[in-house]
Amino acid sequence: MTWFLYLAAAGGLAISAFFSPGKTKMSLLKAWKSFINVLPALIAMLLLVSIMIALLPERLIARLIGSESGIWGQFLASLIGSATLIPAFVAFPMAKVLMQHGAGAAQMAVFVSTLMMVGVATAPLEASFFGWRATILRNGMAYFYSFLVGYVVFGAVTIWA
Amino acid sequence: MGMRLVLKRWRVALAALAITLPLGFAFPAAGEKAVGMLGINIATVMGILPPVFILLGLFDTWVPRERVAPHLGEGSGLKGVALALFLGSASAGPLYVAFPVAEVLLRKGASVRNIFIFIGAWSTMRAPMFLFELQNMGFAFGLSRYAASFVGVLAMAWLTDRFLGEEDRRLMLAGSGDKV
Repeated sequence: MTWFLYLAAAGGLAISAFFSPGKTKMSLLKAWKSFINVLPALIAMLLLVSIMIALLPERLIARLIGSESGIWGQFLASLIGSATLIPAFVAFPMAKVLMQHGAGAAQMAVFVSTLMMVGVATAPLEASFFGWRATILRNGMAYFYSFLVGYVVFGAVTIWA
Repeated sequence: MGMRLVLKRWRVALAALAITLPLGFAFPAAGEKAVGMLGINIATVMGILPPVFILLGLFDTWVPRERVAPHLGEGSGLKGVALALFLGSASAGPLYVAFPVAEVLLRKGASVRNIFIFIGAWSTMRAPMFLFELQNMGFAFGLSRYAASFVGVLAMAWLTDRFLGEEDRRLMLAGSGDKV
């Protein structure tokens, strides 16, 4: 995926330079400027993500959200899902195993939903682009909506079974 | 750049440091691990972002507003909604890549509603991720979560658009950086 991005960027730059060196220079300048602009927020994100991964390793997350049930379990799952940044290729197999061991569908749905939609660690970066009001609004709504997703998935899984 | 401006620009990073440092010292084992993770995370993010920013820079200079605004702007209607959903869900990659993309689209005239549909779809409706979810979690779980997310993305984008005032919009369009 990343090599494709580099290939696309290199190709884009080559084509751009062929048609207009001036515009190409301007593009690179813009790229550099936006990068410098987001650097503080980017560093904030990296710091927060790193400490979260260290404090909440996957094994601990699995234990926490796999054992608690009911509304407390959903609440815990929502907090962990919001605070951490786990890629989908780790989160789904984990949720699958936890469900096989008796974890509730609602908890797992709340967990993956907050994991995907709510980002505490990415909030500084999001705010650097859209401002804090929009960021809090989006993340806040997504947080509460995740509980609704939990109920919908719980209903669907219960009916299906 | 004056000292105060530098501090203002970096205050979000300083705030993050003020959260992480005490945690790291309170839980030394985790703190040590976090330092190692920081290196890996910096390498990952810095590996992805340079080509993203270069592509966005090229897009910004070469693609005029007139090529974007009619398709994603205020008057784009249902077609704009569908395009925003498609662009977001056809993407691959972490959410922090979606933000700079969304910002460029916003400055090219995309509507606030469509931008939040785009971000919402990117976060929770990505097609490759969904296929992986179906494989792991089964159809009942995957389909119901996807359907609920679809409704939620549209509803939340509409509400966000409603709730944001003129000042917020002005800030969003002012370009990144100085608002941090």
